[in-house]
Amino acid sequence: MDEVRVLSVSGMLGSGYLESSLKKAMTWNPDFIGCDAGSTDGGAASLGEGKCSFSKAAVKRDLRLALMAARNNRIPFLTGSAGMAGADPNLAWTVDIVKEIAREDNLHFKMAVIHAEQDKAYLKRKLREGKIRPLKPAPPYNEEVIDRSEHIVGMMGAEPFIRALEQGAEVVIAGRSSDTSIFSAIPMQRGFPPAQVWHAAKILECGAACVAQRSRADGMFAWINRGYFVVEPPNPDYICTPLSVASHTFYETGSPVHLYEPSGMVDTSQARYEALSDRSVKVSETRFVPTKTYTIKLEGVEKAGYQTVAFAGVRDPLLIGQIDDWLARFQDRVRQRVAEMYGEEFARGGYVFNIRVYGKNGVMGKMEPVNKVVAHELGLVMEATAPTQEMAAAIMSSACHMGLHLAIPQWKGLISNLAFPHSPHQMNRGPVFRFNVNHVVEPADPYEMFPMEMINV
Amino acid sequence: MAKLKDIAQLIRSKNAGPFSLTFDFMFDRAEDYRRVRDSGVINRELFSRLYGTAVEDVEIYSVDAAQGIKATIPRPITQGDLDDGDSFGGQLFGPLVDLEIPD
Repeated sequence: MDEVRVLSVSGMLGSGYLESSLKKAMTWNPDFIGCDAGSTDGGAASLGEGKCSFSKAAVKRDLRLALMAARNNRIPFLTGSAGMAGADPNLAWTVDIVKEIAREDNLHFKMAVIHAEQDKAYLKRKLREGKIRPLKPAPPYNEEVIDRSEHIVGMMGAEPFIRALEQGAEVVIAGRSSDTSIFSAIPMQRGFPPAQVWHAAKILECGAACVAQRSRADGMFAWINRGYFVVEPPNPDYICTPLSVASHTFYETGSPVHLYEPSGMVDTSQARYEALSDRSVKVSETRFVPTKTYTIKLEGVEKAGYQTVAFAGVRDPLLIGQIDDWLARFQDRVRQRVAEMYGEEFARGGYVFNIRVYGKNGVMGKMEPVNKVVAHELGLVMEATAPTQEMAAAIMSSACHMGLHLAIPQWKGLISNLAFPHSPHQMNRGPVFRFNVNHVVEPADPYEMFPMEMINV
Repeated sequence: MAKLKDIAQLIRSKNAGPFSLTFDFMFDRAEDYRRVRDSGVINRELFSRLYGTAVEDVEIYSVDAAQGIKATIPRPITQGDLDDGDSFGGQLFGPLVDLEIPD
């Protein structure tokens, strides 16, 4: 039959899936198994520190069952954005887990490892050549930003995956990838139309996210044909409906009708969604507009400093009633103490002391439209960020002590304002990072930013 | 009049990458979707007012097949910056659930 059958085991490697769903899906004879492993939702730390935010145990479990199923059926297994952020340390961590599984379960295969970490000299050259362009919105990008970046990755397209498969890879472990590339590579290699391939891939990369009511992480199956594709969840408790599949183009996307990939734009504005059964959906009439210029999106992070945090509760109704005034005086006291310890110049901008007030505007901060505090208790999350961990910890320990005893006018005598649940009150968070680039690069070809190694496991 | 939370099957916010924030309003009945879409209550000025976004930077979409309305804005605070309070952007829809929708 002229179709490609695709299993996405889970929306995120490490978030889990049911073994029973994998077994069911294998009876549908997939041509390959894929799984996205990445996300930026957890924040900049995964890229900054080169660490996956899921545990080794969780990722290993999800990798093992999928790898065994793929090897037993002699079909490829592909994953991208390894280790969450897909930089070299994230990739190496994932590759080690794969090798460990292969050793333990006596698996043998040819593995392609595709790097997505970017060379700073290469990016500076591209910047000088005018080959790096901002997306909207984007922070300023220049050579200084590149120099102070902790890690920078490019989001690879389908082509590096296809090259790895052409060279005989049976398992592909890739660094940062566009989520869809993982699932587009094999159908594109076999010449299926990009409209159906990319739209199906967009649905597959999120695993069971496109079902009517998702209760846990699980997989998704797609049959990609010429002119249409069909999706059906292998988990018998889940159903796909035309509405649930159509709605999926909304999830985490800026536009629900135009999805941008390195090689072009997927246009779902005319797409037709029809129920094929009470749990499978056929999608047709998707269009694809190839781009004139092939581009690769960059992700990068830089260190914002080192952080120490402390949590404290407030239950005194009189203090709650004047919390804004008290917080302003608290901030001022902290600034005075920082000036005494590190000098006036440092106190004017060398550190950040931030207090989130849960029960008031802890989530939305300055955007919070509700300005009346009705809570009978407030939670304060205090954060000191400074150039070194030692300074951040020093600022926080002084702040905790000053906040504890900072008087309010109604009480006469020494008071203790802050209910600390922990001893010590404060925790060192290590370095903290911020995203610093939202740009695309025009590479000479789809491969030059993504070097590959082939390993016989 | 009815409140948006009583008509929509889902109101959510979420990152669309670290630099954009997107809001989805999904409906299980086509007439509810059309009622909210045609009311014009979900408009650029609303997001400008609530999230401090320049009106011209607010994008609004409606998709009949999905029975959904979407609004996307530049993230008011870049995800993970020191003063960001919501890494996933998943709780920033709070002020929208009580919007009044005319009959």
